[in-house]
Amino acid sequence: MSKLNALMGWVDDRLPVTVTYEKHMSKYYAPKNFNFWYFFGVLSMVMLVNQILSGIWLTMNFTPSSEAAFASVEYIMRDVEYGWLLRYMHSTGASFFFIAVYLHMMRGLLYGSYQKPRELIWIFGMGIYLILMAEAFMGYVLPWGQMSYWGAQVIISLVGAVPYVGEGLQQWVQGDFLISGATLNRFFALHVIALPLVLVALVVLHLLALHEVGSNNPDGVDIKKHKDENGKPLDGVPFHPYYTVHDLIGIVVFLMVFCTVMFFFPEGNGFFLEYANFEPANGLKTPEHIAPVWYFGAYYAILRAVPDKILGIVAMGGAIAVLFVLPWLDRSPVKSIRYKGLASKILIPVFGVVFAILTWLGTQSADGYFLGLVNNTTMARICSVFYFAFFLLMPIYTSKEKTKPVPERVTGGH
Amino acid sequence: MSQDGVNKGRRLLLLGATGGMGAVGAGFVAVPYIKSWNPSEKAKAAGAPAKVDVSKLEPGAMLTVEWRGKPVYVVRRTQESLGFLEGLADKLKDPNNTNKAQQPEYADNLPRSRKPEISVLLGVCTHLGCAPKLRPDAKPEPFDADWKGGFFCPCHGSKFDLAGRVYNGSPASDNLLVPPYYYEDDSVIVIGESGENA
Repeated sequence: MSKLNALMGWVDDRLPVTVTYEKHMSKYYAPKNFNFWYFFGVLSMVMLVNQILSGIWLTMNFTPSSEAAFASVEYIMRDVEYGWLLRYMHSTGASFFFIAVYLHMMRGLLYGSYQKPRELIWIFGMGIYLILMAEAFMGYVLPWGQMSYWGAQVIISLVGAVPYVGEGLQQWVQGDFLISGATLNRFFALHVIALPLVLVALVVLHLLALHEVGSNNPDGVDIKKHKDENGKPLDGVPFHPYYTVHDLIGIVVFLMVFCTVMFFFPEGNGFFLEYANFEPANGLKTPEHIAPVWYFGAYYAILRAVPDKILGIVAMGGAIAVLFVLPWLDRSPVKSIRYKGLASKILIPVFGVVFAILTWLGTQSADGYFLGLVNNTTMARICSVFYFAFFLLMPIYTSKEKTKPVPERVTGGH
Repeated sequence: MSQDGVNKGRRLLLLGATGGMGAVGAGFVAVPYIKSWNPSEKAKAAGAPAKVDVSKLEPGAMLTVEWRGKPVYVVRRTQESLGFLEGLADKLKDPNNTNKAQQPEYADNLPRSRKPEISVLLGVCTHLGCAPKLRPDAKPEPFDADWKGGFFCPCHGSKFDLAGRVYNGSPASDNLLVPPYYYEDDSVIVIGESGENA
């Protein structure tokens, strides 16, 4: 044992291993009243690891060329031992990554986790979300099916809508006058190297910023205000072993659900892998119904709701951009929805529902009917207006509404 | 560290000069990285004109021709559908071809074509690049109860008439592009060039 200690001492003199471990694990005090919503941060990390591992293994058999990509995915699915599993871990995993990330973001919204002093955590998180969307989009192009091709066509055309330079810019992104093997090849490079590097760097920054200021909690009270004689927060528990063991339960349950879907419904009824993508890309024939994968649905619905090309793109970009400035839109003196006023208590859950409806609408055809009642386009317009009103009116309703007094110490917990 | 006797002006100049040179150098280094994304010589060479024989094309039917990797629609319009073109003006964003970039001079007319019955259009929606579907018959459609025949884009619901002119309320803002083309003889169209008598 003393030999091990001596070795540790030798390393610590040269690399701050013990100090770092204590700062981020054994002496990182997290509030003791975390609830269900607090699982989704660590679950996002689990899915990131899943994507990186299964992704590396997929590159070993995938061929990034317009002639061979589709066939190489089929080769992985049929001929490579356990290739089907690695492929589904990656494709179904992408959807579960987004499920975890969306719930993680909703948690932030519910408990004001973006408020001072956690603005940078939120911004790094939004950066992660943005890169993740680019990563997911480019990944979906790689199998070179019909939906890969036409999805790419629609998204890259957004670039072409830029006034004056749009057409040249679009050709620059495509590397051709149309979407071709050149586009596929560069998307492969970005998907497997460039974006994952940025993603991991942002995750590190997200966590460093979090551990600098400490975690928020469902009450939105600062646990550092009340410390014991040793300077430890009274309402905090060391992340390890308390939350590592606690999170393990969540991870196991989440992976059970993930495995059930992955093994029995890997295509998610056409929402995780769209059926049109089982046909090889054909540049002359658009599928009957083009829809994005579900996790882009909300923004796609907003894009489609605006009957003008440029304004539609501006609205879609704005819907994402407005999330970045959320910390400065919320003027409430309290963080958690528990102590916010009536307006927030109603609007935040309604926002969650509206976002879900937009997500649904984005996957449906524009001329259908929502619940058989309202035209999908009309419904998307109503929801889009609410989406923007929720954020743009936030400075008003959060500062005007009557808040409840926040307790000194956290409530609940064990 | 002591800052005594430091010539702050000179230090600033040196910092600026070094930083400036570094930025210029970085700019030059960026050139190959950015330029390599442009279409390659191979891609540029793949843009030859396409030929199509329309003698066997039935009225109301469409041929899809590949030109530069994109679909070109060649439709033989019926006399009935040609008759609708005039009356649709109120429903269209640009019924009179004011956007001159969307058709060559010889197609700047009501049917937007060299010969009235044969329409040649690039099958790429001017909204976000999908391929619109031909719905040639004048009959009620789910997207328009008073449909007079034309193209419907399945992606975002843009509507075009049989001359490729975009309807009001469509997300697309421009009419479908008429590519350059000419008749080599009575039945063969060359797509991609305007020919000598352009």
